[in-house]
Amino acid sequence: MNRRIVLYWVGRIVLLEAALLLMPLCVALVFREWNTALAFLLSALSSAVTGLILFFGSRPRTRQMFAREGFAIVSLAWVITALLGALPFVITRQIPHFIDAFFETVSGFTTTGASIVPDLSVLDHGILFWRSFTHWIGGMGILVFMMAFLPSRSDRPIHIARAEIPGPTMGKVMPRMQDTAKILYLIYIGMTLLEFILLMCGNLIPGGGMGPFDSIIHTFGTAGTGGFGVRATSLAEYSPYCQWVIAIFMLLFGVNFNLYFFLLVKRMGAALKSSELWLYLCTAFAATGIIAFNVRHLFGSVEETLRQSAFQVSSILTTTGFATTDFNGWPALSKSILLILMMMGSCAGSTAGGLKMSRVLILFKTIRNEIRHLLHPRSVTVSRVDGKKLDKETERGTLSYFAIYMLCFAVCFLLISVDGKSMETNISAVAACYNNIGPGFGEVGPASSYAHFSDFSKVVLSFAMLLGRLEIWPLLLSLAPSNWKK
Amino acid sequence: MKIVIAGCGKAGTSVLSSLVREGHEVVALDLSDSVIREMVNIYDVIGMTGNCTDCDVLTEAGIADTFLFIAATGSDEINMLACFLAKRMGAGHTVARVRDPEYTDQSIGFMKQQLDISVIINPEFLVAQELFNILQLPGAVNVETFSKRNFEMVELILRDNSVLDGISLQEMRKKYPASYLVCAVQRGNEVSIPGGSFRLQSGDRIGLTASPVEIERLLKMLGTMQAKAHSVMILGASRTAFYLAKNLLASGNAVTVIETDPERCHEFAEALPDAVIIRGDGASEELLNEEGIAGMDAFVTLTGKDEENVLISYFAQGRGVGKVITKINRDEFVTMAEKMGLDSIVSPKKTVSDVVTRYARALENTRGSSKMETLYKFMDGKAEAAEFKIRADFPYLNVPLKDLKLRDNALIGGIVRKRKVMIPTGSDAIQEEDRVIVVTAAGKVSDLADLIR
Repeated sequence: MNRRIVLYWVGRIVLLEAALLLMPLCVALVFREWNTALAFLLSALSSAVTGLILFFGSRPRTRQMFAREGFAIVSLAWVITALLGALPFVITRQIPHFIDAFFETVSGFTTTGASIVPDLSVLDHGILFWRSFTHWIGGMGILVFMMAFLPSRSDRPIHIARAEIPGPTMGKVMPRMQDTAKILYLIYIGMTLLEFILLMCGNLIPGGGMGPFDSIIHTFGTAGTGGFGVRATSLAEYSPYCQWVIAIFMLLFGVNFNLYFFLLVKRMGAALKSSELWLYLCTAFAATGIIAFNVRHLFGSVEETLRQSAFQVSSILTTTGFATTDFNGWPALSKSILLILMMMGSCAGSTAGGLKMSRVLILFKTIRNEIRHLLHPRSVTVSRVDGKKLDKETERGTLSYFAIYMLCFAVCFLLISVDGKSMETNISAVAACYNNIGPGFGEVGPASSYAHFSDFSKVVLSFAMLLGRLEIWPLLLSLAPSNWKK
Repeated sequence: MKIVIAGCGKAGTSVLSSLVREGHEVVALDLSDSVIREMVNIYDVIGMTGNCTDCDVLTEAGIADTFLFIAATGSDEINMLACFLAKRMGAGHTVARVRDPEYTDQSIGFMKQQLDISVIINPEFLVAQELFNILQLPGAVNVETFSKRNFEMVELILRDNSVLDGISLQEMRKKYPASYLVCAVQRGNEVSIPGGSFRLQSGDRIGLTASPVEIERLLKMLGTMQAKAHSVMILGASRTAFYLAKNLLASGNAVTVIETDPERCHEFAEALPDAVIIRGDGASEELLNEEGIAGMDAFVTLTGKDEENVLISYFAQGRGVGKVITKINRDEFVTMAEKMGLDSIVSPKKTVSDVVTRYARALENTRGSSKMETLYKFMDGKAEAAEFKIRADFPYLNVPLKDLKLRDNALIGGIVRKRKVMIPTGSDAIQEEDRVIVVTAAGKVSDLADLIR
């Protein structure tokens, strides 16, 4: 393991975080929150110092990088950015307990949106902005951000990108990783702006819009598929217009970004051929339909029933975690559907978490092949995805990912059961954190928070969030001591 | 610049890695899944599995906006067909690897014109030329020629107790007056462009530019001159061996070729009636002794196996053959062979990647004030020697060189003016139509004007 190059990259990331911390600093200054501004300044400075020490202290002898260095860089960078990102919460004393602050920051960067703050009114604008800004950065990935905008002569950036961009395979749209990263980020920025403008347009309709600050916060939350808002009731108090806009944009941010690139370069065919996209959309519509039928007695009008079910489905399926109603009170069928959607997640190459639709698709195809193989033991089968042969490596990778996914789920579930809460709470809390959603059912429903868990459980859940965001392997491999040998 | 490379074998990979390092956008195309997976793992490229003569595959690779298409699959015909299709489908320039000796120069010229292929590369032929050049000057470990062989860059290794050990370049010029320039020195892993006060040491690998006559004069003064090789033994009846033997025979040398495969022997015997063709195992000491290896001026190993080439070269060197040249394909073996004391090493894939890289750079710089005509990478690729033809709009025409400030680690190694070679001094100036040879040890150069600050 080339430890120096790992530290060098982590140093660069920490320096980048110092720069990013200046954004909420400006927000705090705009809202005249002097203490918060000072806290951000202090955090930025400590990040800068840490970054400089790592950056100049490492001085890599060679730029050689392999898969293991990529894994180590990604997991270390995420843990350290979360640790440093927690500083503003602690310094302002708005979340005085460090473990709580760490949980909140991890939840932000991993775009989970699970909060330990029961009453959001204690957070001021600067802190609220930072919380949601971490969603936006974490959604597309902080290392990908750096790759796109800070050129560096790295031999094999692919190893880093693959560890950070979710999905069973890494699809490049341009030959050079830097160009790919840049295009993904430009699409991301463009869609973020569009949503912000649409939310602001709501102000033109009587009783429709939300203020600029709320719009920014919710746009960040949607773009990163995160879910941090500004009110304890999430989006319930906003107008139907805003709820529809956010529901649709959540769905859009759950689509593989490569498809948007194909649309931009007018290769409609390639985009529409994606079976993952169809599975994703069909799942969304089917779930909305069933839930709407199931909860029809709870709401007054057809529009409201549709809106509530569509919003909740979109929010859970894309692993965002906004809510317009307390779905904790819904019938069991609807809740079970939502729990299954939590696990499925959205498309690979999007900002969402979960297993990813493409993996679900591959798993189904594997099962079908297996059935055929059992009936005709001598048959030779080849799975196809999007008309192309599915290679054995990807199939094997998906199967083993599913296995480790379930295993980690079980371990986390077991560990937080120590707290003695109900089964529903435990399962949904792990599912919601592990798949980067946020709210679950029972005591962690959309109307409550994670504050009542013990410190131990909070650490376990933070770890689960990181596992889910980085798709398990990078973090697990970096924990293995053998990986760090020289 | 967008480049598509079809065929990721040895040559294809070497070209690909060189072009990626130059910062191009590269799409790699190959029939094999596992090869492509490997490429995508190692290099920053897009990989695609498919047949490069299939229009659908080419379309998906984005051939329409491709600037340069390179076909380096194992088959000459597929390469030519792929280039033809690529050109028709909108690729800007095409490069095909064609290496079957059956194709004569005329037929290649005809196909090139008819199929509209920009460059046809025959790596084995190029390597054979390189080998031939080295055999003309066995005192050097490597010889590269510029401007139709009017000018050369040779690499020498300073042996233990070399007369140059410990003397500075200024003293060297006084002690051994001739018209030459030491333009690059490799010591360990470091390559630098030396100044006048630089002191040479034994073990250094130095690059010299001069005209062939002057180099011979210098080597004579240094006492390391070896006569041209007249009797050459070649191991392995490969394509390279064929071209080399043909060249050597044409200039009146005695050539012995050793090969195990009876059929190949037969083909050689038929095509090269003047050469001695021996059927037998080249690894057998008995056979080599019997064929008089000790009396040979030079010994060249050209079998398909690197290991065999290295070991038999090592043996030949022990038997006191004046000049041993080894063909090595894998980069890892080169360092190992150098450690064993084998210093003249040629690599076909490097030759191909040099040619393609030069072509890509010249394409990038079509509007520049100088045109790159030749490019060689040497000293593990850490230094480059390039030849530029000066156009009329070169901004520094007729400015004395002492007034031009060159980038660090760069040097003008020579100027060829109407077949007259000069080692430049401060008062010389670059004129239109000159060919200027530049040596650099850092960064890439595609236009001479970029080198001047």
